[in-house]
Amino acid sequence: MDTFALQLLNGLDKGGAYALIALGLTLIFGTLGVVNFAHGALFMLGAFCAVTVQKILTISVKVKDESITFFEAYKEVPYLETWFGETGAAIIDYSVPISILVAIPIMLLIGLVMERGLIQRFYKRTHAEQILVTFGLAIVLQELVKANFGANPIPTPAPEAVAGSANIGEWLGLGSTVVYPWWRLIYLAFAGVVIAAVFSFLQFTTFGMVVRAGMQDRETVGLLGIDIQRRFSIVFGLAAVVAGLAGVMYTPILPPDYHMGMDFLVLSFVVVVVGGMGSLGGAVAAGFLLGILQSFASMNEVKSILPGIDQIIIYLVAVVILLVRPRGLLGRKGVMES
Amino acid sequence: MTNKITLRSDNMMMGLFALAILTMPIWLMPIGASYPDLMQKFAIFGIFAIGFNILFGLTGYLSFGHAAFLGVGSYTAVWSFKLLSMNVVPAVIFAVIVAGAFSFLIGFISLRRSGIYFSILTLAFAQMSYNLAYSVLTPITNGETGLQLAKSDPRVIDGLFVEAGAGIPSTNFFGIPMSGYSGFYFCAVLLIIGFYISLRITRSPFGMMLKAIKSNQNRMSYTGLNTRPYALTAFVISGMYAGLAGSLLAVTDPLAGAERMQWTASGEVVLMTILGGVGTLLGPMLGAVIIKYFENIFSAFNETLLNNIFSFLPEGLQEVVVSVVGLFVGEGWHLTLGILFMIIVIYLPGGLVEGAQRIRDFVGRKRQKKTSEAHQPQIAE
Repeated sequence: MDTFALQLLNGLDKGGAYALIALGLTLIFGTLGVVNFAHGALFMLGAFCAVTVQKILTISVKVKDESITFFEAYKEVPYLETWFGETGAAIIDYSVPISILVAIPIMLLIGLVMERGLIQRFYKRTHAEQILVTFGLAIVLQELVKANFGANPIPTPAPEAVAGSANIGEWLGLGSTVVYPWWRLIYLAFAGVVIAAVFSFLQFTTFGMVVRAGMQDRETVGLLGIDIQRRFSIVFGLAAVVAGLAGVMYTPILPPDYHMGMDFLVLSFVVVVVGGMGSLGGAVAAGFLLGILQSFASMNEVKSILPGIDQIIIYLVAVVILLVRPRGLLGRKGVMES
Repeated sequence: MTNKITLRSDNMMMGLFALAILTMPIWLMPIGASYPDLMQKFAIFGIFAIGFNILFGLTGYLSFGHAAFLGVGSYTAVWSFKLLSMNVVPAVIFAVIVAGAFSFLIGFISLRRSGIYFSILTLAFAQMSYNLAYSVLTPITNGETGLQLAKSDPRVIDGLFVEAGAGIPSTNFFGIPMSGYSGFYFCAVLLIIGFYISLRITRSPFGMMLKAIKSNQNRMSYTGLNTRPYALTAFVISGMYAGLAGSLLAVTDPLAGAERMQWTASGEVVLMTILGGVGTLLGPMLGAVIIKYFENIFSAFNETLLNNIFSFLPEGLQEVVVSVVGLFVGEGWHLTLGILFMIIVIYLPGGLVEGAQRIRDFVGRKRQKKTSEAHQPQIAE
């Protein structure tokens, strides 16, 4: 029971990341009809927003180290600490949450520029060409990041206050063996909040209503005198923000490196396909489902029966789903069913 | 296209192609690419791209998992070296057969869907193979280290004829060692054969069927034709080409690693095909040569070399230029590749072959205009 609960939790946070990326992917597909292979790169760019913020906050000055008296010693102290003391140190400590505020406008901007600059030329082209050009873009973004930040993963720690583990087992009465890192819990909650925000934005605002109408029947909405194109462009920006935020918050879990986007992209695509192309609920459900399945498959008990299953479970599920139910778990009838 | 395709023009193209490939060591000299290692790569990736083009270019199925067949070919070849003989012939034959069987399995399942779903299915299968090669299949693939030859390998057939030497024997073609120029010519001959087969497929009724599948699969189905066997055949053929390319990689360097199966490797062959020209005969070969050539040249650049090149500039400017150019060469070669690729897809979806065609048409039209202008007054009279 304990291991069961633990694996469930382990699956949930990874599932959260999958769900967030897949949500953006499927949103873009549902609105613009574009298959965006550069979406993983947006996730990575979000993560590197956090890295950049951390770097800027910790720009340091060399000061004399007073604790060493034998010889002249210097140590690096961030400007923020020399200026504001304790408060400055606290700000540095909370660099990842602060990055969220920075990442939102930046990712929105990147998303809009990308859509206006590149994606809009590809509405009418085939899916294969869309895949190819966004694949090229993903390579470019990835290499630019590599040139700026190097090829090694950059550790970006979570705030001190939540660095430890939460004693979930005692809360749920499962015994104290079930512990879980705080940050992963926060990630899970964060993913839930973002997903809820996106859904309520689409469900309860006029803007969202128009977008949903446009997803159903783009032409009619256009005939009603609504500039649906502009709204879809904004949706692309929104999807970029969601992917970026997923990246920012993921940095304490996985130190970001330049190819993390590609790694997540392949999986997120599988998630979208399993959930159903263009289905928002499907993407979220499939994201969590596959995250959990993956985590259960990596249990030793399972691995001893089916060796290697943890490596391939996601792809296996995707293959089965595509063959048995091509429109995905929650896909609408007739959408990309061929 | 104004020029007619006849058997004669095809034979002519074939002859020119063979001539161009076989004389590569001569005409590649001026651009510094005439050493066997690099030309071997041209030939091997040419085979890979030509085969990929049969699926993507002719049939219109974009596979993102072809590297898996390349990897399978490599592993099979190395195993053949280990168990049977250092002769490359059985290695190549087995690799093609095994890769063909493997692609039949994957194609049989993947081809039940088309479009983007097909791409994702092949991607999923390739990633599965890659992950398995790294983890569970370690007894077969030797995991991260990669499969290598060892002195203690049985080599059953070799053992019948010759006594085992002191070191690890090298690959050979009935006694001719497969290194240097002989290795290149071995690959080159296979490339020419591969090109010829792809030419014949393109011109055959079967090739016509594949093109029909590409242009409108639904219509083909409505006429009562089951398209899947044709698509599957194309898939298996291109898988066999990939297996052949993989085995040749092992012939020139008897080592097989799982990273050859990663999906970025599949992406590379897509890039080659697109760059050269999808669906054209010469395009994929051209793309493979260009990418491998520039990869080789660009990755060799480093800061000192750049500083030497731009040393004629004033000091401040030199630093700026070197740092900007440095982004695109050496380690940053992939950046150049990505940008180039995007430009091609955006502005020239038909690749370089289409570009050449456009230039020729443009020039041709100009000339035609001139002649028609010259004729005009006479008609008016």
